[in-house]
Amino acid sequence: MKAGFESAAREALGDSQLRRNMARATTTIRARRAAAVAEVEDWEELREAGAAIKAAVMASLPRQLERLERAVEERGGRVHWARDGAEANAIVTDLARAHGAGEVLKVKSITTDEIELNQALAAAGIRAHETDFAELVNQLAGDWSSHILVPAIHRNRSEIRLLFEDTIAAGRRLDEDPVALAAAARGHLRELFLRVPFAVSGANFAVAETGSVAVVESEGNGRMCTTLPEVLVTVMGIEKVLPEWRDLEVFLQLLPRSATGERMNPYTSIWSGVHAGDGPREFHLVLLDNGRTDVLADELGRAALHCIRCSACLNVCPVYSRVGGHAYGSVYPGPIGAVLTPQLRGLPQAPTLPWASSLCGACLEACPVKIDIPTMLVHLRGRVRREVGAPRGERAALAAAFRVLSDRGRYERAQRLRRLGRGALAQLLAAPWSRSRELPEPPPQTFREWWDERG
Amino acid sequence: MSGEPRAALLVTCFNDTLFPDVGRATVTVLERLGCEVAFPAAQTCCGQMHGNSGAHEEGLALAARAVRVFAEEPAVVCPSASCVGWLRETAPRLAAEAGEDDLVAGLEQLGGRLFELTEFLCDHLGVEDVGAFFPHRVAYHPTCHSLRGLKLGERPLRLLRAVGGLDLAEVDDEDCCGFGGTFAVKNADVSTAMLADKMAAVRATGAEVCTAVDSSCLMQIGGGLGRARAGVRTMHLAEILACER
Amino acid sequence: MSAASTARAEILRRATAAIGAAGAEPVTVPRRYRSAGGLGPEGRVDLFCERAADYRARVHRFAAAELDAALAARCEELRARRLVAAPAAPWRPGGAEVEVDDPPLAAARLDQLDGVLSGCAVAIAETGTVVLDGSPLCGRRALTLVPDLHLCVVAAANVVETVPEAVAALAPAVAAGAPLTFVSGPSATSDIELQRVDGVHGPRQLELFVVWY
Ligand code: SF4
Repeated sequence: MKAGFESAAREALGDSQLRRNMARATTTIRARRAAAVAEVEDWEELREAGAAIKAAVMASLPRQLERLERAVEERGGRVHWARDGAEANAIVTDLARAHGAGEVLKVKSITTDEIELNQALAAAGIRAHETDFAELVNQLAGDWSSHILVPAIHRNRSEIRLLFEDTIAAGRRLDEDPVALAAAARGHLRELFLRVPFAVSGANFAVAETGSVAVVESEGNGRMCTTLPEVLVTVMGIEKVLPEWRDLEVFLQLLPRSATGERMNPYTSIWSGVHAGDGPREFHLVLLDNGRTDVLADELGRAALHCIRCSACLNVCPVYSRVGGHAYGSVYPGPIGAVLTPQLRGLPQAPTLPWASSLCGACLEACPVKIDIPTMLVHLRGRVRREVGAPRGERAALAAAFRVLSDRGRYERAQRLRRLGRGALAQLLAAPWSRSRELPEPPPQTFREWWDERG
Repeated sequence: MSGEPRAALLVTCFNDTLFPDVGRATVTVLERLGCEVAFPAAQTCCGQMHGNSGAHEEGLALAARAVRVFAEEPAVVCPSASCVGWLRETAPRLAAEAGEDDLVAGLEQLGGRLFELTEFLCDHLGVEDVGAFFPHRVAYHPTCHSLRGLKLGERPLRLLRAVGGLDLAEVDDEDCCGFGGTFAVKNADVSTAMLADKMAAVRATGAEVCTAVDSSCLMQIGGGLGRARAGVRTMHLAEILACER
Repeated sequence: MSAASTARAEILRRATAAIGAAGAEPVTVPRRYRSAGGLGPEGRVDLFCERAADYRARVHRFAAAELDAALAARCEELRARRLVAAPAAPWRPGGAEVEVDDPPLAAARLDQLDGVLSGCAVAIAETGTVVLDGSPLCGRRALTLVPDLHLCVVAAANVVETVPEAVAALAPAVAAGAPLTFVSGPSATSDIELQRVDGVHGPRQLELFVVWY
């Protein structure tokens, strides 16, 4: 990450349009999720099961991946393994080239954003068309995703209208009504769906038992891309595998309600390899590591891989809902991004992210698979201090504070000198604090002085 | 109530040094309810600040100190939800990670005897009406550690509703006030943006006093309200419960 | 070793090393959630109709004998004159011209038709979902995707109450290699200020005919 979270967040806060868009969107979606969850009497039991299934997956990941590979290949698909983004991009690019594809269709997939597949394809002279409405908006605007699920959450309808009038609806005047904007996208994309025979998707889940891959979506672009083309390539992080078919009964309940606040999303496509006479004639599944096995090696950080990308933690996060996704400098924003990005990329690449939280716990409460993000943040803060280091002033202040706090005599002397109130730590804190808040006056007497006096 | 229940006060370094009235009020309430209050003077800090800032070794050393200081106490009362949350939930997990098995055991042992103030009053003593009188409109802000961490639920509200003369307003906003320890200074701008919304929600209640069970959050909210000359005071819940006719 | 087999071996090796001791302890999954609902057949169908309508599917309920007439009337209202039917979908609404997708029509041809007629494998009451399984009754996936109107006949006997019941009912089809599509209401996007807009790429109209056989 180039600039740290602090400065990126400060900049985002200065954008009042962004703040209004974000506040409005997150307020709406929070209420929707709350209602969809409240309706389910066994929600906690589903969360328990979801968390346990994910823990079971991680504990047996190599075996599940081998099972998945076997099942997909038995059903006519081909499985590829990629240690990093470059390998995955090369696999997809080679497949596109082998089929003479100059254009490819894309279904929204954060995993392919993570590895910057579109850029890699472009470098090979292959044009990727994003087909998800919001991804299309971002692609047309040269912008990047600010939300896992609603990637253009930072844009309002008039911004989208102006963008379309400059691009896919050049020369036309569009209505600002969302229906008209959606229709413009439909017209533009339908032609592509019927013409381009090569598509790339992500996956929400893949079942090791049956080799079934699931894509959960709303618009139907996922169905189009996984059904109409002749060749389908799915790029999937290795953590997405589920052991048994039955496990889907849990996640198909947890995901839509947590994500869009719907009882069920409009479309879920599930396919297993190649189906004669129905859908693509060739199916390739790319299993991507790209740092995931590093995350797996951290016992406390491992649960970040349990994430099903529902984005509930983003929506309820008081930090995310004010600064938006871009401040996190990653395709994974919000609370989950704050724990996943530093682990995937390595702590030195994103050392400020574990501090991008007030540890309020709203993310844990909302998470359908009960990822304890607050504790994980604290854990990663420790790792950053140990493995990367901390700013000098902060280190010195905490060391000084520890000296004082770890000894009663020093503590009481410092209190008497009011050093704890106005000492090293207070000095470090005073300036940024006082810009917007008053500092309390040190009281004339500490509690323990009062207690002693009272006898 | 049975006999003279003993309560050892874990006042927290924050209250001890900056908000002694919270400690005094806690003593007042507990004594009014017939408790024998002890204050083990060797106590300093529970280690939360260091731990949450990533200085785990120091944070755990301070937590171990608290375990030692309160080792003999049958019941420990603390007027800070975040310090209780640290000792009960976070510190044991970090200690386990660090392989400090004795500390894990010590913390778990302490955790079973450690009560946040409203837990002690409602669960341990089984009281709601503590005999307080406070004829003011009061907004209750559920702090993150009380709401989501310790899941105090209705306890603080039940205590407030039983206060004579008190006109209770709930703050229509469960978001964090923006304090978050070092977050408040490391990410001062985001913290301030969160505070602004919290202040608006508090002011919308028309309350004269904003109360909560964490002095740190009240310092944030009070610091903002003071700067804005909002005319709303902040008081710890214990301070309200200590008021009498 | 080729690059591909090296990548495979390395990922598996790294994953094995990463999980270390955790790999040895089996994790038990507590499945204390509801695996079935408690409603009777009538209640299930009522709930299904209510929930499907909630997501803006148009729901019609008929006895088997009335179905053809009802379909015909609805097609007339919607001005759906040229339809395609899944290979084993037996319904022929009078007044509409029905092509059968056998042999399969080209996607471009499907794009020109007014609507598609299919059955469904399972319907889920709690979520208002119909599930298509690629069988001759449901048709291949493109069939129910490209046309702008989807007329789907739901046999009341196929309505289950909960998601787990549906997943269980679909297990044999999946084991046999069937592709599935879960459909809950018409295609939609909420990407513009989170306002739900019906109809982006899939059928913009979903008409469900719930029938007691
Ligand atoms: S961490 Fe949990 S709440 Fe956040 S996106 Fe992942 S699954 Fe959803």
